[in-house]
Amino acid sequence: MNAPTSMGARPPHLLDFQDWTPERLGAILDNADTMLQVLDRPVKKVPALQGLTVCNAFFENSTRTRTSFELAARRMSADVLTFAAGASSVSKGESLRDTLEVLTSYKVDAYIVRHHAAGAAHLVARYSGKPVINAGDGRRAHPTQALLDAYTIRQEYGSLEGKKIAILGDIRHSRVARSNAELLPKLGAQVVLCGPATLLPPGLAKMPGVTLTTDPREAVRGAHAVMALRLQRERMAGGFLGSLQEYADTYQVNDTLLQEAESGAIVLHPGPMNRDLEISSDAADGPQSRILKQVENGQAIRMSVLYHLLVGRN
Amino acid sequence: MITITNIKRVGSEKTESVTIEGGLIKGWNLPEEGQVIDGQGGTVAPALIELHAHLREPGQTEKEDLSSGLAAAAAGGYGTVVSMPNTSPVVDDPAIVRTLIEKAAGLGFARLRPAAALTKGQKGEELAELTYLKEAGAAMFTDDGRTNENARTLRLGLETAGSLGMVISVHAEDATLRADGVMNEGPVSEALGLPGNPAAAEAARVARDIEIVAGLHAQGVPARLHVQHLSTARALDLVRAAKAQGLPVTCEVCPHHLTLTDEALRSFDAIYKVAPPLRTQADADHLLEGLRDGSVDCLATDHAPHTRAEKERDLLDAPSGIAYIELAFPLMFTRFGETLGLERILDLMTAAPARVMGWDAPTLDAGAKADLVILDLSTERPVNPAEFRSKAKFTPWAGETLKGWPVLTIVDGRVAYRR
Repeated sequence: MNAPTSMGARPPHLLDFQDWTPERLGAILDNADTMLQVLDRPVKKVPALQGLTVCNAFFENSTRTRTSFELAARRMSADVLTFAAGASSVSKGESLRDTLEVLTSYKVDAYIVRHHAAGAAHLVARYSGKPVINAGDGRRAHPTQALLDAYTIRQEYGSLEGKKIAILGDIRHSRVARSNAELLPKLGAQVVLCGPATLLPPGLAKMPGVTLTTDPREAVRGAHAVMALRLQRERMAGGFLGSLQEYADTYQVNDTLLQEAESGAIVLHPGPMNRDLEISSDAADGPQSRILKQVENGQAIRMSVLYHLLVGRN
Repeated sequence: MITITNIKRVGSEKTESVTIEGGLIKGWNLPEEGQVIDGQGGTVAPALIELHAHLREPGQTEKEDLSSGLAAAAAGGYGTVVSMPNTSPVVDDPAIVRTLIEKAAGLGFARLRPAAALTKGQKGEELAELTYLKEAGAAMFTDDGRTNENARTLRLGLETAGSLGMVISVHAEDATLRADGVMNEGPVSEALGLPGNPAAAEAARVARDIEIVAGLHAQGVPARLHVQHLSTARALDLVRAAKAQGLPVTCEVCPHHLTLTDEALRSFDAIYKVAPPLRTQADADHLLEGLRDGSVDCLATDHAPHTRAEKERDLLDAPSGIAYIELAFPLMFTRFGETLGLERILDLMTAAPARVMGWDAPTLDAGAKADLVILDLSTERPVNPAEFRSKAKFTPWAGETLKGWPVLTIVDGRVAYRR
């Protein structure tokens, strides 16, 4: 696919959304429509990445994201090399750079990277010289998650323009929140980040199109989409919260809170869910929920990103 | 005997020569004698004094050792280096202090004045044998590399060191406020998703330590506190206020905190990871003002070498530290030669650290110790880390064009570095 020059130079990586124009992001979303059609066929496979080797380099455990990327790459006919740090030389003290040099000697064409440290995907891009897709680096970014969130909202409303998106939960430690706060305003939406003050870093208010509030009703009022983030139970140990019950009583996304939102507002969650903690079962399973839709869209988005970064690149 | 010809003193256009004999300056503009070295029109100054360097010996010599570190210091124009005791083992034993001094003396580079640990194993709980450490030649006491979480132990240390006429220097950070922070806390750390270290961690600790000194001072106890690598505007304001009250508190500032900010972390390059972290431009401006108005006592580099592999790790995992003792003067002179002036910069790197330590003021007068540096103030050269004597052959300023490079460093009357 040779994109028109008005979209700006094609970024070699998807690390975050810094270098991405709205036009290029739109192209990825548009292309996901085609990928969804592929997924509806009896034979869910296209030859686009035939002959290319994609390495799933997961320095941090994540069954869901890894599986989603693996399937996406295989459905594009790529060979997939899965590298899981837990069962590898990394657990024996090998450095990120040394690991990459070994992987690169396997003739890998692109990396999908998950790592516990913010910026690790940037280091992989620097050290490997190959296209890198960030599958989550610390608290920093999880761009394909944000893209699938944007895609799911767009499916509902046709466009992100002028839409209000409320994201509730542990904003401080969330790469999903940061990536959405970076992406959605680029597509014309307003983002409200909401959570307890200890989990809501004031510095994020500097991001364009982003506002902060500790009041969940204010956050959700008039929202077109309401996203609950997973609350890590270990946050209790960090002293960020008085109790999980206190959190749930104040910030849980449930039918009562959703009454403040625009009627028909959709409910999103990046998963895996703590049912009846950050989200009630009625909200998670109700008619407004698009949580399973997100998972399905994630496949299509990841196929689209792989296509966009790898096809037509020599 | 050495005669250095063709040199100028600061503020003078007169070409002069200096003769050195027996480790002392014999006199100026005498007939040429002994080895004659052409100073190439450079500017002569007392050799620089570094109060804060990590030379990593014993035990961490893959990062640096006495030979590489003191050679690097001499190449940077330094005649005296105070090394930090957070080595392996920690310098909390008089025998280690003696060994380091003896070994360094035989190298012929910069002079070593090791700092010793304030507490056993730098654990912050029990005082080390400060009397014996001083007898062995320790220059000061510090638990740098760690923070003094136990305020009572620090207070006992200030009492003891004060009675010995010794300075305690502190890495002033509240470890609980710093928590897992790896860079300055603020909009940049939040956008990057990196754990932040708030300015309050430093300021709160400086406030605590000043109060301890104030309490001792009021009772006539001669405590002497030196705050290392001060990095925030608010902490500087606290030191400034303490000085206005006549309290015996001094502080140092590092050139990296004047020339770099937290914006550099947007590269996710751990070369910029340092403790305390790079702060904001407002902090850097405030520190510069402190250098101008005298509330900052001196400059120090906190030369903190690590291996390249260590600094290539991710930002959570990589160790803290920037190593640049070889370019500290050129960096300061190039960036701040006009705002601060040559004389003030030299004072901050020579007489000022001597004042902090209570040492004799370095001079170039006949009869003075022959510790001097010749600086080429005009030739611009790019920073080339491959040429570093330090084992850490990388730097944030690689490729930057600087002037003010040392051409000759004399320590104890001997050539310690010659370009």
